Amino acid sequence: MNRSPGILLQGEYRIGDRILFNTDMHIPGAQWTCLLGRSGVGKSTILRLILGLETGGIFDGSFSATDGVPLAGRISYMAQSDLLLPWLSVLDNVCIGARLRGEAPDVNRARDLLHRVGLSDHAAQKPATLSGGMRQRTALARTLFEDRPIVFLDEPFSALDAGTRADMQELAAEVLQERTVLLVTHDPAEAARLAHQITVMSAQGTQNWPVPETAALRHINAAETLACQGQLLAHLRGASV
Amino acid sequence: MRFWDSLLALVIGLAMWQVLVIVTDAPHFILPSPWRVAQAAYKSRVIIAENLWVTAIEVVLGLLIGTLLGVATAIQLTMSKTFERLMLPILVFTQAVPVFALAPLLTLWFGYGMGSKIVMAVLIIYFPVTSAFHDGLTRIDSGYRDLSLSMDARKRHFLWHIQIPQALPSLGTGLRLAAVYAPIGAVIGEWVGASKGLGYLMLLANGRAKIDLMFASLIVLACLTVMLHIAVGILANRLTCYAQGISKL
Repeated sequence: MNRSPGILLQGEYRIGDRILFNTDMHIPGAQWTCLLGRSGVGKSTILRLILGLETGGIFDGSFSATDGVPLAGRISYMAQSDLLLPWLSVLDNVCIGARLRGEAPDVNRARDLLHRVGLSDHAAQKPATLSGGMRQRTALARTLFEDRPIVFLDEPFSALDAGTRADMQELAAEVLQERTVLLVTHDPAEAARLAHQITVMSAQGTQNWPVPETAALRHINAAETLACQGQLLAHLRGASV
Repeated sequence: MRFWDSLLALVIGLAMWQVLVIVTDAPHFILPSPWRVAQAAYKSRVIIAENLWVTAIEVVLGLLIGTLLGVATAIQLTMSKTFERLMLPILVFTQAVPVFALAPLLTLWFGYGMGSKIVMAVLIIYFPVTSAFHDGLTRIDSGYRDLSLSMDARKRHFLWHIQIPQALPSLGTGLRLAAVYAPIGAVIGEWVGASKGLGYLMLLANGRAKIDLMFASLIVLACLTVMLHIAVGILANRLTCYAQGISKL
């Protein structure tokens, strides 16, 4: 894959007459950016704006890729809900993007991806028979199947138990290497482990937060991870009062 | 367990009927006893079977054609905003006209044969099937829509791979209603003008004061409707199981 591009976003987002946020963001290419902030501040709206999805407000500004190529068709998306189609097998769920575009899916590649996320033995099963973690791994394989240089993750691990969440973070960090990742999260620990860049969002705008000097993916118990997590949490608590 | 419950309900129903006959002491040409009705049913079994066959064909064909038309309309309404804008008010307006009032007109247009009864059954189930399926097609999880947009999905593939499978339980709900309404449509058509069918037989028996035969026809018609309801219920359950990716509800 060519080096994944970064994203530049600048502008003002309004719902009616109320300005929800003002932003000037640079999401670096081929790195993980974690976007934090209190609920309702507009984190997911940024994802939706760049993806071209309905947001209910008006954005006055611009966003573009750092390589100058249009962003359309270069971003894959994974939401908090796994959005697996219950009537399809795990394998067919991974291939759904190709089918929705009217293309013949590359089933062998889908099998390889399932192997990569540890679900080879479950390819023929229906999502209803899977655990929450397995469902999210299927959703991750579906995201990878799109093979796009930019990946938007909207709190994809927030509904998982703590252990599964840590496993999923490690798996995602491994399989999404070399891609530009924008992760919306409420969890300072998640950001402290995964991020190359942490961006904190508030009504005043977006600001970058210092990340630990060690390389991501960081150990959960590492002193710098815990320190970053603690400071981030204190800042977010301060921002919400 | 369900079978035994149904059998017990049947026995209780027959007993209440018999008690009513004894208590009111009504003459048999007003309220025949269950035994008398059973005798009439056995004696007229050939004629009942012949007319049952006609009504069953009318109902099943009406159900099939009405379902196909309803499904096609619902898909078209979903695919085309213009079609939806034009067609929805017309559909709602046609529901203001009682379908039963059209029966004489349908007999005039389609004759005394099965055609007018099939059309009657089609008309009566068309709206419930269209409405239920269209509702299912449009009440799509917004998450699926977002995901599909991010995948550059084409409209018709989104319809085929996501909207239709997700709407199958709603179609099942429409079919359950249709299974109850279709026999009503066919029998009303037969009442207005026919030379065959259970509705015709009921009118004939009534005119000749053979109330026991009329009751027998009525009971056979009820059995036909119940069997149809059970069959369609099984189909609707399968549709729901498929859409939910489970083997049993």
